[in-house]
Amino acid sequence: MDLSAINPILLLASLMVAATPILLAAIGELVVERAGVLNLGVEGMMITGAVSGFIVAVATGNPWIGFLGAAAGGAALSLVFGVLTQYLLSNQVATGLALTLFGLGLSALMGQGYLGIRAPAFPDVHVPLLADIPVIGPIVFQHDPMVYGGLLIVAGVYGFLHHSRAGLILRAVGENHDAAHALGYHVRRTRMLAIAFGGACAGLGGAYLSLVRVPQWTEGMTAGAGWIALAIVVFAGWKPWRLVLGAYLFGGVTVLQLNLQAAGAAVPVEYLSMSPYLATILVLVIMASGRSPGSLGRTFHAAR
Amino acid sequence: MTETLLALDGLTKAYPGVIANRDVSFSIRRGGIHALLGENGAGKSTLVKTIYGLVRPDAGTMTLNGAPYMPADPGAARRAGVAMVFQHFSLFDAMTVAENIVLGMDQPPSPRAISAEVRRVSQLYGLPLDPARIVGDLSAGERQRVEIIRCLLQDPKLLIMDEPTSVLTPQEVDILFQTLRKLAAEGTAILYISHKLGEIAALCDEATVLRQGQVVATCDPRTTAPRAMAELMVGSVLQAPVRVARPEGAIALTLRGLTAPAPHRFGTALKGIDLSLRAGEVVGIGGVAGNGQDELVAALSGEMAVAADMVRLGDTAIGDAGVNARRAAGLLCGPEERLGHAAAPDMSLTENALLTGARRKDLARRGFVRWPAAKAFAQEIIAAFDVRTPGPEAAARSLSGGNLQKFVIGREILQNPRVLVVNQPTWGVDAAAAAAIRQALLTLADGGVAVIVISQDLDELMEVSDRFCALTDGRLSPSRPARGLTVDQIGLMLGGAHDLEVAHVGA
Repeated sequence: MDLSAINPILLLASLMVAATPILLAAIGELVVERAGVLNLGVEGMMITGAVSGFIVAVATGNPWIGFLGAAAGGAALSLVFGVLTQYLLSNQVATGLALTLFGLGLSALMGQGYLGIRAPAFPDVHVPLLADIPVIGPIVFQHDPMVYGGLLIVAGVYGFLHHSRAGLILRAVGENHDAAHALGYHVRRTRMLAIAFGGACAGLGGAYLSLVRVPQWTEGMTAGAGWIALAIVVFAGWKPWRLVLGAYLFGGVTVLQLNLQAAGAAVPVEYLSMSPYLATILVLVIMASGRSPGSLGRTFHAAR
Repeated sequence: MTETLLALDGLTKAYPGVIANRDVSFSIRRGGIHALLGENGAGKSTLVKTIYGLVRPDAGTMTLNGAPYMPADPGAARRAGVAMVFQHFSLFDAMTVAENIVLGMDQPPSPRAISAEVRRVSQLYGLPLDPARIVGDLSAGERQRVEIIRCLLQDPKLLIMDEPTSVLTPQEVDILFQTLRKLAAEGTAILYISHKLGEIAALCDEATVLRQGQVVATCDPRTTAPRAMAELMVGSVLQAPVRVARPEGAIALTLRGLTAPAPHRFGTALKGIDLSLRAGEVVGIGGVAGNGQDELVAALSGEMAVAADMVRLGDTAIGDAGVNARRAAGLLCGPEERLGHAAAPDMSLTENALLTGARRKDLARRGFVRWPAAKAFAQEIIAAFDVRTPGPEAAARSLSGGNLQKFVIGREILQNPRVLVVNQPTWGVDAAAAAAIRQALLTLADGGVAVIVISQDLDELMEVSDRFCALTDGRLSPSRPARGLTVDQIGLMLGGAHDLEVAHVGA
């Protein structure tokens, strides 16, 4: 094994890139779950976002419009889930699982004519001054805009949940939907908006894979990232800043194990492949999980 | 400005299959404390939800301050000056007191101002509360304070309180009443919903009685006898439970030095409990909740195993036996919590009947359920205890509290126990159902069964018990004949001063 083949600066730099799709999907799901809805369809919304973002980007030649299309695609699919669970009162777990399977199939269908095409280039930003700092510059300040966009969304979600009245209402709806209804808040409307936001974020996460990370379309390219996002939300105790930690940890170990594989480490590849999952779960469990929103996953029926 | 604040005229609301309110009319005075009385299911909740904008009536009008009033949602009701404290608190456990209060306001001030305001109002009305605390950590009384202060901050003209005392200790009730009187003196009208007649007589100056959705009477609770009001509510003459003088039977159950550690962090340890119980005898155990009642029931039912010798049924030591073995031997228990402990909420009445009755009623053979027999047993309970339900297929959750309580108590009684232990048998149950349950317990004792009734309701214990003991901090006082016990003596026993003679000298 040749460890010298691993460049620590490059490794740390690719960490943020590897973590971004999961971070985007997870922050969306965090908002959904704080509103009391358990949407297990993150994987399906991600892959749908990946393909719709890719199609729009190829058609327009503009990756920015592609990301918009991905957000719209993810949100549209999530609204199917929203109508089924919030208005037709279907079971959230079963509907979410169905949404994942549906999304995987739908994306394969949509992506038929797009296999083997390269996505339009999405240039990295070179943050003025900061990017020229030795070591830190290449690690933190020489990425594509979506890496920073993801962090901005997390910061925005934190501010929204803890410092805005709308965020307080969203948390109230997730904590005790009967009480929120009794006080005159619109439980379904709040939840539909949260679900759509979650879908849009998952779509962005998916498009990050198909437009930046890979960057081309292949069937099933999310490869379980949506499930990891779901797990990170739970293990992060529904707290945004711990979500960032979990996503970066996962991204970091993923990049490290890929590098180790490339360097020919004397460990079976299977162990290396499972290491990001193990490390993420281990660390977040040790950090003691938080309390789940009181109404999480429960069906709300206004008649009572 | 008229004297009348809110007038209801001809309010009617029908749900599929049931008319919740039929042509309800009455009015509430400015600064008055108006009681709304009625059994469970009489339509009180629907009526107040209409006033608070949660339910739209099918017909009828309301007038607030002389102007037509028909709120589209609770926000509109709050803007019109109507505030409500809910029976099951509308609070958010994971949030702070201040956040909970902000959620109940339409135009909240800044977070810093709200904390100062909460402190000011809570001191003004003698309701101490820290705005930064998490609501989930508060006691029931403190949680209610949060609701009340949330209402008071909006300067309401009408404050609706839906069964506010059902979760409070007597001391907390006193504090609440002082607050309400103070508010009324300042001109706020209060609509007070309850079926506890003693409270209404002490607090309210006007009462409207609802029965089956209709107004059946309006009276002055200060001058009307509680018994007369109860009969107005129920619509028939109430029978006080009848007790027949019972012969002394053989010893049925003996507890000797029953000691057990607290089962969890918030539990109470049982400390050397001695009690012997004869067949045909009713022993009442009083005490404020949290003094070991749940633990004592668990030790008797077999949910918590103790040393074999500590619990003897007849001559057999059964302290280490499990729940099913005790049931087989004839020691049956009816726990306090109806939904989730005594009954599985989402299972049918037939299934619930089977869950405790399988052994004694022979409802399962060779591991197979005998469904026809189980259903017949459920029907027998429904018929014998007048459980109002569409049938044995109904889910336990769908029954009202009183009906489900009749079902779970009836289920144990019909299994012919040797010893029956019930915890809070009439908690949250209306007067008619409570009387039926007490009568059933006495009839059971007349048939030679030993009964232990654990309750916080001293009137209930005096009504049914032959002997009375107090449970304080996991210790059981020596028993005293219930007949002739005065409230003062009971108070001393509950205070932990078990030796009354010494206490008298001390006093």
